[in-house]
Amino acid sequence: MTKADDHPLLSVRNLRTYFHTFSGTVKAVDGVSFDIGQGEVMGLVGESGGGKSVVGFSILGLIDSPGRIEDGEILLNGKDLVTAGEAALRDIRGRNVSMVFQDPMTSLNPLHTVGRQMDEVLRLHTDLDARARHVACIEMLESVGISRASERLKSYPHQFSGGMRQRVVIAIALLARPGLIIADEPTTALDVTIQSQILKLMRQQIAEKGASMILITHDLAVVSEMADHITVLYCGKVVERGLTRDLISAPSHPYTRGLIASIPDATDRQDRLSQIPGSVPDIRNLPMGCNFRERCPRAQALCAQQEPELMPQHGSLRAACHFPLAPGDTA
Amino acid sequence: MASFFASEFFHNYKRSSSAIIGSALMISFAFAVLVGPFLVAQNPYDIASLNLMDSYKPPMWLPGGEAQFPLGTDGQGRDVWASILYGARISLFIGVVAMVASCFIGTVLGLIAGFYGGIVDSVIMRIADIQLSFPSILIALFLMSAVGTGVDKVLIALTAVGWVVYARTVRGSTLSEIEKEYVQAARVAGLPNHKIIRKHVLPNVLTPLIVIATIQVGTFVLIEASLSFLGVGVPITQPSLGLLIKNGFDVLFSGLWWTSVFPGVAIMMLVFGINLFGDFLRDELNPRLK
Amino acid sequence: MFGYLLKRLIQMTLVLWVVSVIVFMMMSFTGDPVFMIVPIDATEAEIAQARRILGLDQSLLVQYWKFLGSLLQGDFGQSYVFRQPAMTLILERMPATVELVLVAMVFAIAVAIPLGVYAGANPQSRMSRLIMSGSLLGISLPGFWVGMVLIYLFSVHWGIFPSSGRGDTAEVMGLRFSVLTWDGWTHIILPAVTLSLGTMAIILRITRAGMMEVGRQDFMKFARAKGATKNDVLYKHGLKNALIPVITIFGLQIGDLIAFATITETIFSWPGMGKLLIDSIYRADRPVIVVYLMLVALIFVVINFLVDVIYTLIDPRIRLK
Repeated sequence: MTKADDHPLLSVRNLRTYFHTFSGTVKAVDGVSFDIGQGEVMGLVGESGGGKSVVGFSILGLIDSPGRIEDGEILLNGKDLVTAGEAALRDIRGRNVSMVFQDPMTSLNPLHTVGRQMDEVLRLHTDLDARARHVACIEMLESVGISRASERLKSYPHQFSGGMRQRVVIAIALLARPGLIIADEPTTALDVTIQSQILKLMRQQIAEKGASMILITHDLAVVSEMADHITVLYCGKVVERGLTRDLISAPSHPYTRGLIASIPDATDRQDRLSQIPGSVPDIRNLPMGCNFRERCPRAQALCAQQEPELMPQHGSLRAACHFPLAPGDTA
Repeated sequence: MASFFASEFFHNYKRSSSAIIGSALMISFAFAVLVGPFLVAQNPYDIASLNLMDSYKPPMWLPGGEAQFPLGTDGQGRDVWASILYGARISLFIGVVAMVASCFIGTVLGLIAGFYGGIVDSVIMRIADIQLSFPSILIALFLMSAVGTGVDKVLIALTAVGWVVYARTVRGSTLSEIEKEYVQAARVAGLPNHKIIRKHVLPNVLTPLIVIATIQVGTFVLIEASLSFLGVGVPITQPSLGLLIKNGFDVLFSGLWWTSVFPGVAIMMLVFGINLFGDFLRDELNPRLK
Repeated sequence: MFGYLLKRLIQMTLVLWVVSVIVFMMMSFTGDPVFMIVPIDATEAEIAQARRILGLDQSLLVQYWKFLGSLLQGDFGQSYVFRQPAMTLILERMPATVELVLVAMVFAIAVAIPLGVYAGANPQSRMSRLIMSGSLLGISLPGFWVGMVLIYLFSVHWGIFPSSGRGDTAEVMGLRFSVLTWDGWTHIILPAVTLSLGTMAIILRITRAGMMEVGRQDFMKFARAKGATKNDVLYKHGLKNALIPVITIFGLQIGDLIAFATITETIFSWPGMGKLLIDSIYRADRPVIVVYLMLVALIFVVINFLVDVIYTLIDPRIRLK
């Protein structure tokens, strides 16, 4: 672990979240475990459809039918959220754990003013009176870089640009000073120029408030700038994890290497990005053995028979692969 | 036909209990309307077959009821069951014919408005707009009050009310259809307008009309029933289900409920069946309209 | 804003003008009102005289011009039957109809919105399916028949509620209301329930569809992620967003309620303007029919305008233009 901490802020143990649909059971999250310490940023990485968002919603207890948490523990400060009741979860949402969604265009209610949507959090989670809440909202809006905050509180979301709206969403997420923020693709829907501003803002705000963050993204470039350590998901399972610098510089799972290779690189003269061949398999009926083997250049007979376990690799890395890459391996 | 039974439509149909119940109700009514009169001994409109001694017999399961008149009789000794079979004929006839007429007129006007645009379009659509802001029942009531009772007049009133929805839908789809390349190509190729409309536009704007037409039959049956109930619909010599209810209403306060309640149940089952099936069709044919 | 109001005003006037033309034309083609006012044994000369007095001997265009002129002066003529100004007759009976329509509307909303929200929020549940089948049945029922069945059960069979009339009324600001007395309530409950069923079913279905649409939106989940209760999310965040189509339909539904009030009032002998319309149709009392239609047209046009204004109050993204 990065910071020796006996008691991590959040500890997810063997989480299984399944969706029971007509066409079969989707094991969106299938035995995922990870820890996040106080003040840490964890990157949760994988292709879309890999179950990343479901992890986030599972932590908040926002899995709707036909989805269900089948098994596992989600320990927040040692308290299990899976077995906690709805009332306890409601208390935790927004106050201890908050979430930033992907698309700021749709995550704000179009018919309520920004002020009202911010105020809602404080009303739910603090005993402040109306005036104190108003002041707190203004301060928070200003701290996420929105000027003329007291005026802007009266505005509706459609009167803001996309980047500004995401700032509002972040302000809402930070408002009740939660210990953990789950950011689900917070910059994917934004213009490239805005993306780095928002990331910078998030990093600065989290450091300032001493909060931890789970940064869910498909974009390793983003995560490599932000995260202390990274967990890579594939088909609902953790395939690799470790400290950011180890994992980026010398991944040991071929899937991680594929993801890294597909980062657009300004110095790279190639006109086409290197992409992982194939696509995520149908998650309703996964093949036996390693889920990645059909897309993997290193796959051998063993990969079709036996599912690899998460094993220690070089440095801080752990990977679930029968034939992991050593530092310097190219093939 | 074989391909129909293998289609997704049929597959979904088998899985939808409301579609099955709805179509079963519709088929039973079609059956009742076609052969029903041959199934009952009495023709309720043949005075000779009526016997005043049989008047106001309750349904057969109540004391005083007779198996000969399963749903009881009215004041003239008419079998309520037989009256319903004959009445459903008139109700359904009016509903279907008025629907076909509305569909035809509305489609033609919609095609013209959409295809030619301009002043014709504006006039047709303004009329449609104004008409749509008034409840159909009120327009029909007003028309009937002006032209008097009669099956033909009910048909005219319903058609006058019903064409609008087709015209609007067809105009909309025509507008998007004539933008497409094959229509543009046909125009460039010098095909006459009526041919382009008939061969290229019309077949592509019809699907949404199926849902509207199905549900409209139910709406028309209800409007006709209301008009007849108010005494401005069908004449007393051709009693629809609505008129049967009106006749029964007059004796309701004497506790003779069966002469009015059963015709109402018949209307309800007919319209409910149509709506159930129409809902299913809407989901299948226009998924986005859900 | 002023430009918008002016535009709407012109539009509304235009609609009313078209309605006046249609009403006039229909009235001219129907029957001969002369026979409504001359005695049965009138001579040819008397009939011609009456025709002249009514202005029926002139060309249609002249007749329409006069008709329009008197409409604009608020002169709608005398009822052939009551020998009173038709406008007075209608206005006397309008409060009863308005009261019935309002009570029916409140019934419809009070039942339809919570059930619609529930069915939209839990589309798969057994209860929701039951609600939806019930609402489809509600659309399929002939309203007048429901009224009859209610009369049979509650008045004839059980004798709980009276079957006709307004009952005792109490006067507030010159208007009489049934809902202010217990006896009045017992009279209004059956007709109001009868009238409300169709509207209830339709509002329920639209609310459900809107809630299902809104339920898929991110901001609903974001609101829950803030820690709001499920009901708060449904009603404070969801319902308001689902209301836009409900309001469109609602405007039309007020029209339907007024229209169907004619039938309901006839069944329950409710002394409103709807019953007066039906009676006047039976008696070919033309001036009363004309007043009713023009008044109802005016009401509809105003409602449509109000619906547009309400949109802007609910949705800040919509501007009047």
